[in-house]
Amino acid sequence: MTAPTSATATGSGPGGGPLVIRLAGVGRTFAGPPPVTALHPSDLEIRRGEYVAVTGPSGSGKSTLLHLLGLLDTPSTGSYELDGIDTAGLGDRDRSTLRGQRIGFVFQSFHLLAHRTAEENVLLAQLYNRTPRARRRAAAREALARVGLAHRTRALPGTLSGGERQRVAIARALVNGPSLLLCDEPTGNLDSANAEAVLTRFDDLHAQGHTLVVITHDPAVAARAERSVRIGDGRLREPGRPAVDG
Amino acid sequence: MARSVLPGPASRLGLRDLVAEALSGTLQRPGRTALTMLGTVLGIGAFVAVLGLTATASGQIGERFDLTRATTVTAGDHPSGDGLPPGVEPPTSFPPDTDARLARIDGVRAGGLWWPVPGAPPLAATPTGPDAGQGLALLAATPGAVAAMEPTMVAGVPLDPYVQESRQPVALLSSAAAERLGVSRLDAQPAVFVAGIPYTVIGVYSEVRRQPGALPGVIVPASTALERFGSPPPGGERGTQALVATRVGAAGAVARQLPLALRPDAPEAFTVVPPPDPHGLRDGVASDLTGLFLALAAICLLVGAVGIANTTLVAVLERTEEIGLRRSLGARSRHVAGQFLTESTALGTLGGLIGTGLGVVTVLAVAAARDWTAVLQPAATLPAPLIGSVVGLLAGLYPALRAARTDPLKALRSG
Ligand SMILES: Nc1ncnc2c1ncn2[C@@H]1O[C@H](COP(=O)(O)OP(=O)(O)OP(=O)(O)O)[C@@H](O)[C@H]1O
Ligand SMILES: [Mg+2]
Repeated sequence: MTAPTSATATGSGPGGGPLVIRLAGVGRTFAGPPPVTALHPSDLEIRRGEYVAVTGPSGSGKSTLLHLLGLLDTPSTGSYELDGIDTAGLGDRDRSTLRGQRIGFVFQSFHLLAHRTAEENVLLAQLYNRTPRARRRAAAREALARVGLAHRTRALPGTLSGGERQRVAIARALVNGPSLLLCDEPTGNLDSANAEAVLTRFDDLHAQGHTLVVITHDPAVAARAERSVRIGDGRLREPGRPAVDG
Repeated sequence: MARSVLPGPASRLGLRDLVAEALSGTLQRPGRTALTMLGTVLGIGAFVAVLGLTATASGQIGERFDLTRATTVTAGDHPSGDGLPPGVEPPTSFPPDTDARLARIDGVRAGGLWWPVPGAPPLAATPTGPDAGQGLALLAATPGAVAAMEPTMVAGVPLDPYVQESRQPVALLSSAAAERLGVSRLDAQPAVFVAGIPYTVIGVYSEVRRQPGALPGVIVPASTALERFGSPPPGGERGTQALVATRVGAAGAVARQLPLALRPDAPEAFTVVPPPDPHGLRDGVASDLTGLFLALAAICLLVGAVGIANTTLVAVLERTEEIGLRRSLGARSRHVAGQFLTESTALGTLGGLIGTGLGVVTVLAVAAARDWTAVLQPAATLPAPLIGSVVGLLAGLYPALRAARTDPLKALRSG
């Protein structure tokens, strides 16, 4: 299931490919008043090709974790390595570069630009990462085809169903071939039929060797993943592994 | 900022992509874009129109104001009919020795009286020949007036005081009149016939520097004309008028002195027309029109800048979600700032282009309506759209800063 192993400097532990994510004692406290510790110092390792669900009740710190993983936020403590690169002390330039080239985001509310077609929304992801102009359109069409939207490339988001919109967003997240797909409640705004279509895409992506981290409070969604991580009250717990607390 | 520690190339936003994104942002809301540009359009349009009209008007003055005009003074007659029985025309106000009196005024080079010969008598090449005078003006003129006309003689001589005093039946012909009347050589003392009476042709001229009305075709001495055709009407177009050639710069002073020099007892009888004062005209145009309208243009531009700044700021606030999304797709904060800065600059440039177009059209329309030659100085017209760009750029600075400072996290949450 996982990609062929090649040990890197960060090492590949038992059971798979190189580490994509390595959190060591990462915590996030929002300065008050009163200060809120949204995530207590936690460890987490995710390898290439893994499909990980992060579950937990509302306000437990799931989004906080995802923002840290996506370099949209910086940890208050601990160290975070993405693809073996220590992200501590990186400036806006490098963090933006990593986001643009190695991370694909899928948000609960899609975040599609309403005035642009499905294809143009996907093209947006290639704007900042030096994709040659000549290759962009073909790559966007291919990404849309992979989420089953080859026939809707010229549709505006307003004319698409919720599931189709989320698939456009997935195509946008995929188009640059990221190391990591980060999805925050990707099915949160979808009915069960549309949710199922999206989850089927995730299964396909997992089968193709993509690394997925999906945040959800829906046990049915979490059940589709091969691995599940729970957050409760800002504390990361993984069934079958010892809880880490700081 | 920390140096890049990443192996590959960093995020970037190419110029073409930047411009395309900015234009797409601007064109998304055409109505708002049009309203936003209005101030810039008006400001730049007023700027171009004012400078263009000023240049056009000045050029017009320059065109009309040549040296001949600057050294020409004319005077007409307003004879008083006081104390005369009705029906009796008052005599002309010009004294008999007008030529001499004019010559005594300081700054006068030559001056005298002229009038169209009354009754339009027939002109012919032979005593009983057909009238060939159609379209040829027949003037009576004193030697001083002929000298003031400064005719370019192609043969013979102009009038001299002797022919005036002795009321000689002589005539000067324009080249056109000479051809029409069959006069080619003067050594045979040819004659033309006015009302059947012969006038010896003493000179032929090709043109005159100062035209009394239209180009005169035939000029006869004033004294001879008075004797044979009687007095002209006292005033008006067909009445006696003075034509004076002055030295350069003396026209104004000559115009002021002329009435008193001619008639110390009744100076009010004359309407004197001095040449236009070029400096007065130009300064007037420059100070009143230009100053006022350039100030208005500046105010319009300021309003335009505030409009663009406001719209761009609203766009930044409206599009925080988009900003967050772009950041998640790898945009650096400077890319986001650059996008909004480019949008505001595009707004300003577009406004500048439209304003320049309107300004040019205004100048052309006014020039066409006034029958002027439109003058558009490239130095003032070509950079005008750039002023719009600068206005847009400046107006976009604060909104772009706000966009750059937008926290991507909060921006994404807002969606
Ligand atoms: N910027 C912030 N400042 C202060 N507190 C914050 C901030 N962001 C999040 N929090 C707090 O951190 C805790 C975790 O928030 P987070 O958004 O990660 O929860 P979540 O698990 O994603 O919840 P949900 O399922 O409702 O999305 C919450 O108590 C929240 O109020
Ligand atoms: Mg959340």
